[in-house]
Amino acid sequence: MKPSVRSQVLTTAFLFLMATYFLMPAWWLLVASTKSSSDLFGSHGFWFADMNLGSNLHQLFTTDDGVFGRWMANSVLYAVGGGAVATLLAAMAGYALAKYPFRGRGFVFSIILGAVLIPAPMLALPIYLMLSKAHLIDTVWAVLLPSAVSPFGVFLAKTYAEAAVPDELLEAARLDGASEFRIFRTIGLRIMSPALVTVFLFQLVAVWNNFFLPLITLNDQDLWPVTLGLNAWNSDPNQPRANLVVAGALVSVLPLVLAFLSLQRFWRSDLIAGGVKA
Amino acid sequence: MFLAPFGALFVAMYAVPVGYAVVESLHKMKRSGLGLTPPERVWAGFDNYRRALDDDALWSGVGRVLLFGIVQVPVMLGLALVLALVLDSQSARLKGLFRAAYFLPYAIPGVVATILWAFLYMPRSSPVVSMLDGLGLPSDFLGEDAVLWSIANVVTWAWTGYNTLVIYSALQAVPRELFEAAALDGCGPWRIAWRIKVPLVAPAIALTTVFSVIGTLQLYTEPRVLRPLTSTISADYTPIMSAYHQAVENNDYGQGAAVSVLLALGTCVLSFAVLKISARLTKGRASL
Repeated sequence: MKPSVRSQVLTTAFLFLMATYFLMPAWWLLVASTKSSSDLFGSHGFWFADMNLGSNLHQLFTTDDGVFGRWMANSVLYAVGGGAVATLLAAMAGYALAKYPFRGRGFVFSIILGAVLIPAPMLALPIYLMLSKAHLIDTVWAVLLPSAVSPFGVFLAKTYAEAAVPDELLEAARLDGASEFRIFRTIGLRIMSPALVTVFLFQLVAVWNNFFLPLITLNDQDLWPVTLGLNAWNSDPNQPRANLVVAGALVSVLPLVLAFLSLQRFWRSDLIAGGVKA
Repeated sequence: MFLAPFGALFVAMYAVPVGYAVVESLHKMKRSGLGLTPPERVWAGFDNYRRALDDDALWSGVGRVLLFGIVQVPVMLGLALVLALVLDSQSARLKGLFRAAYFLPYAIPGVVATILWAFLYMPRSSPVVSMLDGLGLPSDFLGEDAVLWSIANVVTWAWTGYNTLVIYSALQAVPRELFEAAALDGCGPWRIAWRIKVPLVAPAIALTTVFSVIGTLQLYTEPRVLRPLTSTISADYTPIMSAYHQAVENNDYGQGAAVSVLLALGTCVLSFAVLKISARLTKGRASL
């Protein structure tokens, strides 16, 4: 049964209205990044004034000896490094939990699952205290180490490995004399790769967006991720650096938006709800 | 063993910090009368907890996030469910484009999202405020009463698309024949949506609810980023801000740790309650 034209028009109008809401701040950002400081507060926000994008960008990357570029590089290091290690560890742990029966397996898994429920900011304070005792405050490790653990990633990897990696295949490989590590590398990792892309993107976004942990563990401005830097620039009520904040906001969201657009095909959101389509 | 590397880091970054927080919360720093010798760390028993539970500012922070959660979580998830159902319906066009538009805010960090909305809230820079003024509707998005809902709007904007996608994927996993059969039996699209689709995606809704509740309790980034721009957000506006304020700004680790432990316990209790309630609701609906 084909839906009527009227219902199609109404539905699309509704979807369009909602899209306006979600896109409005993004549109504002695009427009605002082309404006000088005075136009930012003096012209209509949803439409262009004089074109100043080039000079804003130039100022953005030269202010304070180009510290903004450093912040971007730090964010990439934390997000990609933390995300990659977390994904690998989650793959190994999830595979082990799904494919090797051992005593206490259920218990270990429920502990990991329980940890998903612990909000990150609540862990950040004790982690900060521990790291300061270990003299790791104000080093990249203060952000990288906590970012390399993803209990939720283990949960996803285990669920997926259970459903997708056939025991028979592992048995056959064992009979052929392959080592357990080789089986994991050539069979496990390969079959689990769709789930692993999701785990990686998840962790990438989580680390890129993280604010609380670097805020308390990093005092050295040169180690800050871009979120911290932009917040510092924006923390003056008079906003003397408003045009830099806006241009910086635009530049800082581009990598993730691009990453998502290019990896969208691999992103398996159905995994999040625990469903596995075999 | 494949579990070992993850296990080691997990213990170091989860188990030990939790234990450490509990131990720390039972201690306090004792300063000598004259302040000449460095303060000494002494056993405090439940003193820190008693002080936390007596702290009016902490309680008003808790009240604030609960109020926030009771309003924002249903609004956001209701919207996400509606969007997912509409995107799943046969009447929708350009689905891929709309899905991408709704999901876009997820790729924008909370700090940046808040900065963007802050510009749209402040009368100096906001086209929204000036347009509302033009219509004769004065607005004060950062005022005493409005600021909590302005924060709620940022959170809703950032997370609705993500939740829509989770529910939408769950819907897509349901075999289409089920809906066709219902349609043949004379079920209209509204009835199919409410009686068949919603119960089938109930687990996805429960999951998004739990994560949203946890997210609400750890509300921190948005108010913290807005704080320098308005006088209406105090240093202990939310419970996490309170814990941070105690531990880092007041250098009272024990007190901050006690607040963190209380919050973690509260979060666990609430998450389990949500899971239990949703399990019961799902069961009730399935037997209809």
